[in-house]
Amino acid sequence: MKDIVSVDHLRVEFATGDGPVVGVQDVSFTIAPGETLCVVGESGSGKSVTSLSLMRLVEFGGGTITQGALTFMRADGTTLDVTAASSQVMGQVRGNEIGMIFQEPMTALNPVFTIERQLTDGLMLHKGLTQEAASARALDLLKSVRIPEPERRLRQYPHELSGGMRQRVVIAMAMACEPKLLIADEPTTALDVTIQAEILALINRLKRENGMAVLFITHDMAVVAQMADRVVVMYHGRIVETGTVEQIFENPQENYTKALLAAVPKLGEMKGKAAPERMRLIGDEAARAAQTAPKSRKPEVLLQVKNLTTRFPVKGGILRRTVAQVHAVEDVSFTLNVGETLALVGESGCGKSSCGRSILRLIEPTSGEVWIGGRDIGALNHHDLRRARADMQMVFQDPFASLNPYRRLKAQVAEPIQNFGLASGTDLEARVVQLFDRVRLPREFMTRFPHELSGGQRQRAAIARALAVNPKLIVADEAVSALDVSVQAQVLNLMMELQEDLGLSYLFISHDMAVVERIAHHVGVMYLGRIVEIGPRAAVFDNPQHPYTQSLLSAVPIADPRKRRFADDLAFKPITSPIFPLSYQPAKSTYTEIAPGHLVLNA
Amino acid sequence: MKRFKTTKGMIGIILLLLIALVAIVGPMVIPPDAATAMDMRARRAPPSLTHIFGTDQLGRDLMYRVILGTRTSLEIAVSAVVMSIVLGLPLGLISGYFGGFVDNVLMRLVDTLLAFPALLLALTISAVLGPNIQNTIIAIGVAFTPYLARIIRGEALRVAQMPYVEAARSAGTTDLMIMWRHVLPNILPAVIVQGTISLAFAILAEAGLSFLGLGTQPPAASWGLMIQASRDQLDIAPWTALVPGLAVALTVLGLNMFGDVLRDILDPRSK
Repeated sequence: MKDIVSVDHLRVEFATGDGPVVGVQDVSFTIAPGETLCVVGESGSGKSVTSLSLMRLVEFGGGTITQGALTFMRADGTTLDVTAASSQVMGQVRGNEIGMIFQEPMTALNPVFTIERQLTDGLMLHKGLTQEAASARALDLLKSVRIPEPERRLRQYPHELSGGMRQRVVIAMAMACEPKLLIADEPTTALDVTIQAEILALINRLKRENGMAVLFITHDMAVVAQMADRVVVMYHGRIVETGTVEQIFENPQENYTKALLAAVPKLGEMKGKAAPERMRLIGDEAARAAQTAPKSRKPEVLLQVKNLTTRFPVKGGILRRTVAQVHAVEDVSFTLNVGETLALVGESGCGKSSCGRSILRLIEPTSGEVWIGGRDIGALNHHDLRRARADMQMVFQDPFASLNPYRRLKAQVAEPIQNFGLASGTDLEARVVQLFDRVRLPREFMTRFPHELSGGQRQRAAIARALAVNPKLIVADEAVSALDVSVQAQVLNLMMELQEDLGLSYLFISHDMAVVERIAHHVGVMYLGRIVEIGPRAAVFDNPQHPYTQSLLSAVPIADPRKRRFADDLAFKPITSPIFPLSYQPAKSTYTEIAPGHLVLNA
Repeated sequence: MKRFKTTKGMIGIILLLLIALVAIVGPMVIPPDAATAMDMRARRAPPSLTHIFGTDQLGRDLMYRVILGTRTSLEIAVSAVVMSIVLGLPLGLISGYFGGFVDNVLMRLVDTLLAFPALLLALTISAVLGPNIQNTIIAIGVAFTPYLARIIRGEALRVAQMPYVEAARSAGTTDLMIMWRHVLPNILPAVIVQGTISLAFAILAEAGLSFLGLGTQPPAASWGLMIQASRDQLDIAPWTALVPGLAVALTVLGLNMFGDVLRDILDPRSK
């Protein structure tokens, strides 16, 4: 069968003030009808530039296709040279014969149009349908992407839908004209894991039913393993390796592919192991060998949280009175031992970040107690709280936003030390040098500004800043989520090394179950502000008891093409809201202990 | 891109230096009384060799008047804007950073001032204090403060929610130090932009006050006074508006170019 798309020696350049910069070069691949080709690579690898070139959208971002051929087989059987096509022809192809799904469903939908309008516009333009026919087709499309209550959704606006439903609408828009090729650019990166599972299953089903080809762009090797027929691995604007998904995962030829695969944690690989283990890194064998057997510490409680509750007021009406409350954290209790990691996992909006911030009193909890090293944090006044912050530090998700762009790294790392008057002059300088060495940042970075560093380097600087005052507890809020997978592995290994050497305790807030499985001693699963299940990592992962934990674990994609999970469309779960009227009195959290330390919330 | 930025900066600096030179040296080198001497036979004379920029309705030479007016206009405008920044910056910074009750009280105060048109406010202040240069500066400075405070508050509100501010707080940095080290540098670009725009408005505000007899007192000259005087003769002697207008435009252009470059110099990301 003839290929739908063939890309031959594509080269795209971007004009900048310092001369042309090559976006991608020498990129060649083909996609057959009914095939899913995954283009995988880390940030800056040129994977999005490749897909935008296919739509000739790259020109709107300042790029130019300077070399190579892009051939697309049109619906009428003729072949189209995309590089030479007029903008009129491309207008017919875009959205009609090639559909596209973007990463962020909220920004891909126009907030001032109803769902119906978003869907019918393309149909009326490309297919020449009347308003009635287009509306009828829009309803069919919503049904085909299995949105509940489709008639009502047509009249709603994007902000009224949940993230998963929005992405379904975006997919329905892409599918509206029955394209022969669907380009999906990181379509599930912004979504929660259970919603990701739904969307991946949906794309698979639509592909099967319509026989269309899919170009799937992602950074996530686990998603690749679940979705791809063939895989293109990209690095620095070039293709590193191409092959079937089995070849790539089981017998990778290139070192880059091997390193990429090694750095990906696979859910389930820690079965039967009690202690956390460092991430695998190719070329880091020495560091791995240096990992000492876990020191057996006498369990000593560092952090004790009792019945922590945090609620945010929802204001409404002309007088801006509090009309309802968001129950962000609801009756949460746990303990964290010295030198151990407790991971709080859950999906967006489950209250895990609010829980971490309430413990540090970056937001004020409504009630409950937080004890750190025998001191009640909640009872401290403003002055003592500032003093107490030396014991508890935080590492934030976004290393771009958590460092001040106007200050040199040296000053930012030194700031906590100066705040507590711990050192000054040459002592301070020496301490900062020591911290940079500790997180393995070159000393010459001390005088640099944050924008001169890569994401991973910035996160190391943020960790150095958190370590500056010798804290006992570090709250890491999605600290590695924004990083590329190989960098993520390095930063995680650094965190584990620091824990062993310094006896740090981590409260590790994450949505990534595979990462949590590797690094945590204990795991707490949060849902709607409560911990629904908590216990030793092995117990929670190997023997999940709460239905939510079970559904969360079954939704995680596994980086193994022989363990496919999303063949069929999954059941759509209703969204639940943590907003309750003022009069609402939630029940206390009561737990059943099914094994020593393994607690499950009673329904 | 980089080269363009530096040329732009150079042009801005050269323009501003020239204008400053005119303001400082100008009044000393022009013949005494040249700017105030009336020549009733040459009223509203178009630009010629004897009067390069033409003359006004009283036959005074416009070139000399523009030179004389430079000092007055800039002195008043720059001082007034500096004053509005000195007053508005802490107001906006405190309001935006702390939010809540403090923000409510300060911003209602600012809103009250905003409810009066800036010129009316300046007029009232100037009328109460009496017409002289210092009072004109105070009047314009106070009248411009609420606008600046509003803009700075918005920026401070945005920056106060950035993770690096939360990071500083969790590292035990005091509020005062967070405002100084983290918030202030990040809102400075907005202050610079607003400051340069305000300068142009301050020059014109001075004109309005002068027109009503409360700003610069004739026979002294200021750009604003000249523009104001040209109002009813635009059709027969357009150069009387054009000449001081061009002076204002060049000053604002120079300031804007310089402001842009200054903002880039302060931003480590643009290096």
